[in-house]
Amino acid sequence: MRRAYFNNNWVAALMVAPQLIIIFVFFYWPTSQAVYWAFTLEQPWGGGNTWVGFDNFRAVLGDPVYWQSVRVSIIFALSSTAIAMAMALVLAVFADRQLTGFKAYRIGMIWPYAVAAPAVGLAFRFVFNPNAGLFSYINSVVPDLWNPTLNGNQALLMVIIAGAWKLVSYNFIFFLAALQSIPRSLLEASAMDGARVLRRMRDVQLPLMAPTFFFILVINITDSFTDSFGIVDTLTNGGPARATDLMVYKIYSDGFRGFDYSGAATQSIILMLLVIALTFVQFRYVERRVHYT
Amino acid sequence: MIERTPALNIATHAILLFGLLLLLIPMWIIFVAATHDLQTVNTAPIEFLPGDQLLVNIAEAWARSDFATKFLNTFIVAFGVVLGKITLAAMTAFGIVFFNHRLRMPIFWLVFITLMLPLEVRIVPTYAVAANALTPFQTILDVTGISWLIQQVSGVEVALEWNLLNSYTGLILPLVATATGTFLYRQFFLTIPDELVEAAKMDGAGPLRFLWQILIPLSRTNIAALATIMFVYSWNQYLWPLLVITDRANYGMVVVELSNLIPDAITTGGGVPTWHLAMAANLLVMIPPILVVIFMQRWFVRGLINTDK
Amino acid sequence: MAKISIRDVRKSYGKDQVVHGVNLEIANGEFIVILGPSGCGKSTLLRMIAGLESITAGQIAIADTVVNDLEPRERGCAMVFQNYALYPHMTVAENIGYALKVAGVAKKERLARVANVASSVGLGDYLDRRPGQLSGGQRQRVAMARAIIREPRVFLFDEPLSNLDAKLRVQMRHEIRRIHNRIAATSVFVTHDQQEGMTLADRLVVMNKGVIEQVGTPSEIYDHPASTYVGGFIGSPAMNFLSGQVDRGTSSVKLASGDRIAIAPAVAGRHHGRLVQIGVRPEAMMMVPAGEGTLDARFEFVEELGAGRLYHLMFEDLTLAVLAGDRQTLTPGTPVGLHIPAAAVHLFDADTGKRVEAVSLAIVEQVPA
Repeated sequence: MRRAYFNNNWVAALMVAPQLIIIFVFFYWPTSQAVYWAFTLEQPWGGGNTWVGFDNFRAVLGDPVYWQSVRVSIIFALSSTAIAMAMALVLAVFADRQLTGFKAYRIGMIWPYAVAAPAVGLAFRFVFNPNAGLFSYINSVVPDLWNPTLNGNQALLMVIIAGAWKLVSYNFIFFLAALQSIPRSLLEASAMDGARVLRRMRDVQLPLMAPTFFFILVINITDSFTDSFGIVDTLTNGGPARATDLMVYKIYSDGFRGFDYSGAATQSIILMLLVIALTFVQFRYVERRVHYT
Repeated sequence: MIERTPALNIATHAILLFGLLLLLIPMWIIFVAATHDLQTVNTAPIEFLPGDQLLVNIAEAWARSDFATKFLNTFIVAFGVVLGKITLAAMTAFGIVFFNHRLRMPIFWLVFITLMLPLEVRIVPTYAVAANALTPFQTILDVTGISWLIQQVSGVEVALEWNLLNSYTGLILPLVATATGTFLYRQFFLTIPDELVEAAKMDGAGPLRFLWQILIPLSRTNIAALATIMFVYSWNQYLWPLLVITDRANYGMVVVELSNLIPDAITTGGGVPTWHLAMAANLLVMIPPILVVIFMQRWFVRGLINTDK
Repeated sequence: MAKISIRDVRKSYGKDQVVHGVNLEIANGEFIVILGPSGCGKSTLLRMIAGLESITAGQIAIADTVVNDLEPRERGCAMVFQNYALYPHMTVAENIGYALKVAGVAKKERLARVANVASSVGLGDYLDRRPGQLSGGQRQRVAMARAIIREPRVFLFDEPLSNLDAKLRVQMRHEIRRIHNRIAATSVFVTHDQQEGMTLADRLVVMNKGVIEQVGTPSEIYDHPASTYVGGFIGSPAMNFLSGQVDRGTSSVKLASGDRIAIAPAVAGRHHGRLVQIGVRPEAMMMVPAGEGTLDARFEFVEELGAGRLYHLMFEDLTLAVLAGDRQTLTPGTPVGLHIPAAAVHLFDADTGKRVEAVSLAIVEQVPA
C-alpha cells in the first residue's frame, strides 16, 4: 500500500473540513431531520413536535393512495429499465463492430443524455399530445384512441417511454465502453477457434461485460426511483387520477403542496431505505462478481 | 476486422440506424414544431417538415420568459457548482490519500455514504435547511446548553440564521454536497507513485505546494471529465431550483422555466396552446449541455464511467 | 500439414503500404521463422495468412487452395497470440476445448481430447483453474494446447515468447520445437529475437520495412548475409562494418585511413573502384601485436562474457569488436593490431547495402594469407 505520506495532519484537516461541513449541513443533518419528522408530528398551532412513534409510518403504509404510487413506481422502474437495457445492449454490441460511421453513431447515441429530465418531459408531452403531436395522426384515424390525459395506462406508458429514452443513452455509453475494453485479440482468437459473429457475442462479449450489465441494471432501477421527478412534473403532474404518481413525485406534492411535512418525511425515509437496500444489493452482489481481467 | 461480409454489415447499419432514428425522432418533431407558427403547430395532423418561424419563435420565447436573465443565472450556478466540486473534491481526496491518520477511513465512509441518497430523496428536510442553513449549528448549541450559557453570561440570545433561499449559494451548495468527484480524484491519486511524493519532499515541497504544483497539473484530464459532467448535471437541475427559488424574475433557472411554458389552461389563459413557443424554448434550453457533451465527448464519457463505477 | 504459397502479397492501410510484394514458398511440415524488428511487417504477414487481416494485393494459398477470401476458421490454421488471448471467464479445460465446442464435438469426446492435449503440455492438473490463476509460462502452454487440439494444418505463432523471462523462453523454445516435430504441422513463427530465430528455424526469413531481405537456413544466413542489414541483424555480438573502395592493383579494399584489407584478387579485379562496406564478424578477427596486423587500433574496454571476452577497439572514429578466448589485461589507449583474414571479409555495395558477391570468397578463390 501507499507508504509515502505528508506529516502535517492539520493540513489534512483543513483540506477535508470544507467538504465535511457541507455534507454535514446539507446531507447528514437533513437526513436526521427527516428521521425526526417521520417519528413526530408537528403541533397544529406550533410549539414543537410530539413524538408519535410509528404512527406516521402506519398512516402512510395503510394509505391505499401510497400503495398506488408504490405500484406505479415499480412498474415504471422495471419497464423503463427493461426497455432501456435491451435497446442499449443491442445498439452497443453492433456499434462495437466499428464499421464506417462509428463516430457518428456513437455521438448520435450519446447526446440524449445531456437533455434535462423536464426537457424530455416537455418534448414528449408535445409528441404524445392527442391534438397537436405525432399521435394526432392516430387520433385522426381512430378518434380518441390515444388520450393520455384521460387514460391512466397510456399516461404511464408515456412516462415509461420518456424515462427509457434518456436511460438508453446512459446505458449505451457504459455498454460500449465495456465492450471496447475487451481485448481485440480475444475476439480474434475465438474467430480462429471457429466462432462466428453471434457465437462470439454469446461466448465472449456478453460474459465479459456481465459486471457492467449488472451494475447498469441496479443503477437503472435506483435512478428510476429518483430521477423521474422532472419527467413526471412536466409530462403528467402525477395524473390522471394518480396513474403516474411516482413515489418521489408524491413526496413533493405532499410536502410542498400539501404541507404534510411529517407524511412527506415518512415517505422519504421509506424511499431512502429502498434506495439504500438497492445500493447494498449492488455492492454485495455486483461488486462480488469476479472481475476476470 | 474479421467477417466484413456485406450481409452482416448491412444488418449492422440497419440496426444502428433504426436505433438512432428512434432516439432522434422525438427531437426532430420538437425541432419541426419550433419552426412553425401557432396555427400550424396546433393543426392535426402535424407537419413533418420544418417551417420558417424558428428564429421568430425563439425570439418570442426568449423575451416572454426573460431567458436572458435565466441563462445568465444558470451559467453562474453551473460554473459555481463546477468550480466548487472540482476544488472541494480535490481537497478532500488529497486529505484522505496523502496523509496517514486514523480518521482517514471514517471520513472516506462518511463521504461515500452520501453517494447512496440523491437529492430527490431528501428534498423536504434539505429545503428546511436551506431556509436556515445554520439550523444544525443552532440546534447543536441549543442541545448542548451553550446558547443558554451565552445568554446567561452576556444577555445575547443566540439565534443563528442564514437564509439560503432565493440565492446563488442556496442553489450551488447542496449540489456540491455529494461524493461524486471525490472518488474520481481518489482513484487517480492512488495511482500516483510514492516516488513522486518522496522526490517532492526531498525537494523541500510541503503538502500544499505538492497539491498545487504537482497533483493538480497531473489531474488535468480528470478535472476536465469532472467539469463536463458537473456542468451538464447542474444545468439540468430541476427539482432543487424549483423549491429554492420563488423569486423567478431574478433567480430563475432555465430548465425550471420550462414548466412554466407548458401549454395548459393556466399558461395560455385558456387560449390555443403555444406549443411552438414551448418547443422553441425547449430547444434553447437543451443546447448548451448538448454542445458540451458533443465537443467534450471523450471527457464526458470518461467522467461518467469513472465516477459511477 | 500443408504447404503455403505467398505470391506477390501487398498490404496497405489506406495510403500506407506496409508490406511490399512478398514472395515465399513454405514447404510441407517446415518450421519457418519470420525475423525482423518491430514494424517490419512480419506480424501483418502472419495475420494475413491467418485471415485476420485482408490481403490488399497478391495471393496466399494453403495446400494449393487460394485462401484470400476465406474466413479464418475455414483456413485450417491455429494461432498462438503474443498475449495468449485466453478467455478469462473460462477454465483451462473450457479454453482448450472451445474450438471443439464450436465445431459441435460431443461432450464426452471433447473432454477426452482436452485431457489428452492438456497432459501432453503438462497442464493435466490445472484443468479447473482460470487463466488469472496461472503463471505466464502456464498461460503460454494453455494457448498452445488450444491451438494443438484443433490438429491444424498450419501453426501460426505471433511472438509468443516475448512476454516470458529469459530462462522460461529458452525452455519454451524447445517445447515448441518438440510439439512441432510431434504433430508434423507446418509452422510459421514470428519473432524479433534473432537468437530465437536461429535456434528454431528450418529456414529463416529476414524481413525489413515490408520486404524480405533474405531467405535461407540459419547457417546460410549467418555465413552469407545478403545485405548489410541481414549481416548486422543476425549474429551476436554484431558484425563490424568498415567503408572503403576496391583497388585491383593491391587486391584489397582501401579504407579512408589508408589501411588496406586484403581480398581475393579475382574479386578485386571484377569490382575495381567500387565503393563498398566491409563486414567482419567479431569472432573472425584476431588481435595481434601492434603493427603486425591488417590495421592498428586502440584498446578501449573489454566486456567479460564468461565463455570469452569482447574487446572494444577504437579505429579512427569507429568501435570495432573482437571476440577472443584468451584473457589479456590491457590499459585503455594501448595500440593493438587487428588481423582480418580475407576469408572472413563480407563485401557489400556501399549504396544498396547488397552483397557484392553471391558466394563466400573463401570457397571460390584462393586467398593469400
